[in-house]
Amino acid sequence: MTVTIYVPRDSGALAVGAEKVAKQLQAEIDGRNLDVKIVRNGSRGLYWLEPMVEVETPNGRVAYGPVKATDVPALLDNGMADGRVHPLWLGLTDQLPFLARQTRLTFARCGITDPVSLDDYRAHDGLKGLEHALRLSPAEIVAQVTESGLRGRGGAGFPTGIKWKTVLDTAGTQKYIVCNADEGDSGTFADRMIMEGDPFVLIEGMVIAGIAVGATRGYIYTRSEYPHAIAIMNEAIEVARRGGVLGPSVLGSSHAFDLEVRVGAGAYVCGEETALLESLEGRRGIVRAKPPLPAHKGLFGKPTVINNVISLASVPIILDRGAAFYKDFGMGRSRGTITLQIAGNVKYGGLFETAFGLSLGEIVEDIGGGTRSGRPVKAVQVGGPLGAYFPRELFDTPFDYEAFAARDGLIGHAGLVVFDDSVDMLKQARFAMEFCAIESCGKCTPCRIGSTRGVEVVDRISANIEPEKQIEVLTDLCNTMKFGSLCALGGFTPYPVMSALTHFPEDFRPAPVAAAAE
Amino acid sequence: MQGARTDIAERAIGIIDQLKGKEGPLLPILHELQDEFGYVPEEALPLIAQALNISRAEVHGVFTFYHDYRDHPAGRHVLKLCRAEACQSMGAEALANTARQLLGVDWHDTTADGAVTLEPVYCLGLCACAPSAMLDGEVIGRLDIEKLEEIAAEVRL
Repeated sequence: MTVTIYVPRDSGALAVGAEKVAKQLQAEIDGRNLDVKIVRNGSRGLYWLEPMVEVETPNGRVAYGPVKATDVPALLDNGMADGRVHPLWLGLTDQLPFLARQTRLTFARCGITDPVSLDDYRAHDGLKGLEHALRLSPAEIVAQVTESGLRGRGGAGFPTGIKWKTVLDTAGTQKYIVCNADEGDSGTFADRMIMEGDPFVLIEGMVIAGIAVGATRGYIYTRSEYPHAIAIMNEAIEVARRGGVLGPSVLGSSHAFDLEVRVGAGAYVCGEETALLESLEGRRGIVRAKPPLPAHKGLFGKPTVINNVISLASVPIILDRGAAFYKDFGMGRSRGTITLQIAGNVKYGGLFETAFGLSLGEIVEDIGGGTRSGRPVKAVQVGGPLGAYFPRELFDTPFDYEAFAARDGLIGHAGLVVFDDSVDMLKQARFAMEFCAIESCGKCTPCRIGSTRGVEVVDRISANIEPEKQIEVLTDLCNTMKFGSLCALGGFTPYPVMSALTHFPEDFRPAPVAAAAE
Repeated sequence: MQGARTDIAERAIGIIDQLKGKEGPLLPILHELQDEFGYVPEEALPLIAQALNISRAEVHGVFTFYHDYRDHPAGRHVLKLCRAEACQSMGAEALANTARQLLGVDWHDTTADGAVTLEPVYCLGLCACAPSAMLDGEVIGRLDIEKLEEIAAEVRL
């Protein structure tokens, strides 16, 4: 019987040598005349074990990792094709603690299936949500999404169902579904993983959105920094067209829907929804003032649903299993699961999907295993470059939209970047301002000018020029940016700056001891 | 020289004609031109303006807004080093300093022999295997000094 061996084609695995492993494995299979088939899957999200190779056995999939190309001959000599023990043997994949503790709803198939096989997708419950949606009226689909409590996973946390209802209720000859896959936040990679590991779930979510609001065209706007995601997404769209999931008659119904991938050009601000729409239309990525909302006047002035990848990819399971099933996970007003991305200086970095409500400390220390460097954790930045730095003292904060907001932070796209005690928080505050200055679209003054002035003020603090006065200026400047900026870029840059200043004041007051030691 | 100019214009027109029917065609056209020529030739900008019936200023504005588009060719190789937070937490700044020394260039510059252009990038989505880099479109994770030295030697071959 043919044995199946899985070698990921996820960027994170490729970045640490998965392509070489796959080539070596194929050469050995050919040379030894083995009855083995290689499937290039997505990543399971255990990045410290990548490249993680899996073998299908009668007891389930067995994992080996991290595998180097030079390990392959010995692994095969040792009986890897039968799942035999070897120093790189990790046991049954599903029983690895990092995976066993998760609740994978959105990522149910990621890393398990062949990302571009529609048959594989169907065999793992794919398209069930869409099939169910086709039996419902648009209003019923929207009601399911609203009832599930799903909120925008891009960061803003706006209820997805309400957005959809607005578009459904707005008249328009042409409506659009736009997927915001411009995942520019450092520490986040969930969108990339879905596009590379289970692209059909995103396609299915977008088709359901189209049917729900009466849109027939969709765009996935992603980043030029994601070449593999673009390639796999395009391949999957082709397969979906041939399989009748996309096209003039979705799964044989009277609904038409088709979509296209569009690639950005290195502007972070295009992750902001209105700047993204401008960019899609072929203009500079300049933020639009709201209102009008994109739901009323979005792409080309037409009613538009614009949702993050993870929001859209969570829709199929809601339609398949029902709103109540999804809503049952989570806490407070944060329902369902959140796809945590644990990154930076951390021992066990990767994707961890779980119900809302774990504490920050549990995530960093317990699941992430602390720092990779082995030094104590000093700060965790949650929610990307516009998210706050949390000190250990706030590790009891539960992962929930409101709980983070109550502590002057945000969960954003749920990326966590861990820093050890060697980090200088003044430098991090400076970087936040510098990044805002580089990426500002220039439309509003607080962001455009404030960020540059912010860098200068932080530099004066670090040069010990009237630091107390400068800190006052910085605080005031952050206040102006927070309340005076048009979008989240200028409006949220104060989060990393002020959290660094508030929680790590010692880094902002150069110790006289250091000067004396020179 | 005149021949080369005409050739650029012809190839550019071919690309523009092929893509101008799309909704919002400007970014796809600029991407395709850069893929074709390695940069966006100045003489292509008025051609785009004409084909899309927009002003030359508008095309120029879009072209200069986005970090990706170049107005001159890059080196034979392009090395992008991630400077964002997740990579910072794993020592990306020190690595970037080493890279600049090894190659003898600053950000956005090309080595005198035309071998490599060094670019900053803010996140490649490889944050759980930081520090990361991209060499000619190939992703690289867990970058360290040894790998960087290998790359520096490799690009000079």
